[in-house]
Amino acid sequence: MSIDWKQYDPHLYFDELMASKGEPRLSARHLVEHLESLDDIELESCRQMAEATIREMGVSFTVYTEEGNIDRAWPFDIVPRTISARQWEQTAAGLKQRLKALNLFIGDLYDKQEILKEGVIPQHIIRDSKNFRPECVGVKPAHGVWAHICGTDLVRDSDGEFYVLEDNLRVPSGVAYMLENRAITKRVLPELFEKDEIKPVGDYPARLFDTLMSLSPRRIRRPEIVVLTPGIFNSAYFEHAYLAQQMGAELVEGSDLVVGEDDCVYMRTISGLERVDVIYRRIDDLFLDPEIFHKDSVVGVPGVMRAWRAGSVALANAPGAGVADDKVVYAYVPEIIRYYLNEEPLISNVKTYICDDADQREYVVEHIDELVVKPANESGGYGMLIGPHSTRKEQARFVKLINENPRNYIAQPTLSLSTAPTLIGKGRVEPRHLDLRPFVLQAKESYVTTGGLTRVAMNKGSLVVNSSQGGGSKDTWIVNGETG
Amino acid sequence: MLSKVAEKLYWAARYIERVESTARLVSVYDSLLFDLPREFDISWYNLITLNSLESLFEKDYSNRSEINVVKFLLADEKNPSSMLSALTMVRENVRTTRDVLPHDYWEMVNELHIFATENIRQGLYRRARHKFLDQMIKGCQQINGLIMGTMSRDAPWHFLRLGRNLERADMLTRLLDAGAAVQILSEAEIHVQISQVVWGNVLRSSSAELNYRRTMRSAVTDCDVAAFLLHDPHFPRSLNFCLSTILEAARKLPNSKDTVKKITRVLEFRYEFDNPQQLGDEFRDYLNQLQLDLCGLHLHFSQTWFSLEQKDAV
Repeated sequence: MSIDWKQYDPHLYFDELMASKGEPRLSARHLVEHLESLDDIELESCRQMAEATIREMGVSFTVYTEEGNIDRAWPFDIVPRTISARQWEQTAAGLKQRLKALNLFIGDLYDKQEILKEGVIPQHIIRDSKNFRPECVGVKPAHGVWAHICGTDLVRDSDGEFYVLEDNLRVPSGVAYMLENRAITKRVLPELFEKDEIKPVGDYPARLFDTLMSLSPRRIRRPEIVVLTPGIFNSAYFEHAYLAQQMGAELVEGSDLVVGEDDCVYMRTISGLERVDVIYRRIDDLFLDPEIFHKDSVVGVPGVMRAWRAGSVALANAPGAGVADDKVVYAYVPEIIRYYLNEEPLISNVKTYICDDADQREYVVEHIDELVVKPANESGGYGMLIGPHSTRKEQARFVKLINENPRNYIAQPTLSLSTAPTLIGKGRVEPRHLDLRPFVLQAKESYVTTGGLTRVAMNKGSLVVNSSQGGGSKDTWIVNGETG
Repeated sequence: MLSKVAEKLYWAARYIERVESTARLVSVYDSLLFDLPREFDISWYNLITLNSLESLFEKDYSNRSEINVVKFLLADEKNPSSMLSALTMVRENVRTTRDVLPHDYWEMVNELHIFATENIRQGLYRRARHKFLDQMIKGCQQINGLIMGTMSRDAPWHFLRLGRNLERADMLTRLLDAGAAVQILSEAEIHVQISQVVWGNVLRSSSAELNYRRTMRSAVTDCDVAAFLLHDPHFPRSLNFCLSTILEAARKLPNSKDTVKKITRVLEFRYEFDNPQQLGDEFRDYLNQLQLDLCGLHLHFSQTWFSLEQKDAV
């Protein structure tokens, strides 16, 4: 027995691999044929091999539970998701455009605030933003860039187009898993890498390194770059360690760093204190510096904001960049792109209702059972309402929340997230919903990963792809499939 | 190099050495007990005494049986020095320092950890024990082999050497002490044959049997074995060799002037084997002092390189 593609039915959703019943898309042709050529036992052994590889490589993530933190093996589905190179080129251009505009926007907010003065975005949206940091006003980071590393969430709707769901400009994670997914797939499906022209993804750490290097305030041959992690108990610790290793940078915790009288940052080494030039911080703004933000933060570095403002150290991403992560600001991104770049957005937003606006709020309240309601400043899929899957009671609670604090909520239509075949049992594939998180870098130059991290909701019908809530992942292939 | 990372590497190396030496110890003991006359009062419990773990053992076990001792030494999570606990500590330390270690290092440690947890029961029963422990020892050697072949000889490497050799030296003093204790215990009735079995066992615990024969060209006697394991300059598990390696590593590290002096002093502290009949209490006192000195070295390393309260200096 092997996979019977004629039985595979993604219903009305756009499927990443299958164009119609039994008919693969061009970019997935070899993949689908290859999977078909494997019998149940071979497929199962591929799956087991992937599982063993993950355990041996120690690819894990941490889940917080009431019983304590659990280190879980990374959930991975062996069937890759393919995208044609041609479509990817356009998407990548759109992502660069978006980040470029967002950086101009953030810079403007902490400078002259022209976009507010001209009324493109209402003043109070920014004034009331949880992520606007008055401490950042007047700072001029290198290249005028605030968000150097961005992990945009893309979804594909039933029309087959990509839409931006979220921008993630604070401390996006997942890129290490993208790289490890490829490493696993190369071991599990090596034959396909001979047949297809699958574009490599491995240059990300080098590009990240170049990006960080270019931020160094000291023009020296080998600036000291560090990755600042909250520590082993953070869910993304694996990634912090992975990236530090791949870049040859030091992986530090707050207690390894100290800010001197001279407003420079130093790290404690075996030969004493050594100056640090660039900090790739994986700690949220509010925990970064107990002198300025949360006083009881034990993972931060006292004085690091002082050093950053003095220009003696670069922080990536810059503090305050999260202001553009606000989901209300998100709704204005198309306007932001037009305002700063005088261009039309190459990738669209998902239709978004701003509850702050009275008319739109009225619509949201009336249609609450159809919509997805999200708080403006949460991540990880927490604190939201999925209308069609919710009870009356939950809906009423959200209506109340919205009316109490309209500025803090947006709503979006329930998306028809695209699907891809996912191995769910011996020799059985079924469609599962997924999204895509490419990573975008910007300093002197821009860069977009080849594809990104595909996250898949492993439960039937589910739209929740977060790994903390039962999501899995797939390798993502950008395939030069046009020549066939 | 970060102080914190240096400390973790040092401990990773100590723990991996502990995994190997524990596996070796249990494995060697198996065959030793076969060779001793039954009326001779030496039991598995000696392994507990040798590692100074009496009180911890008594807490959970009333019976000093083979299975209890072996379980305690290999598998017990409450015993921080058990083989499995030590391996877990290796994993924890490497998990947070993988950025300075060869990529495969983490994978190998992880594989060994998976193998050990899955097969630990084999270690508890005699039938499969030898094979299991043998694989554990090979796993450790594979990991040490990897760094031999792939690691740059810079600071991380030197901290691994410090850790490995200090742990090894400490274990050696314990093995010798156990030998001397048995000797004293049974002085009245001991005869040459038993002495040979016991000291042969000490040699095997250090994988030193063949090297001993080649170097000393003599039968196995207490003084010769002790002298070889303490003072031989070439055998990689002798005290002299371990301390020399520590000295060499420390010299390559920053701010090590005082440390070098201290190591040299320990290195020069030798036992004079002038009277072959006297490997008794005096020898045990010497070993005891040696253990204290090694402990002192550890504290000194800690103050010099790992402490976060350093003087501001670049």
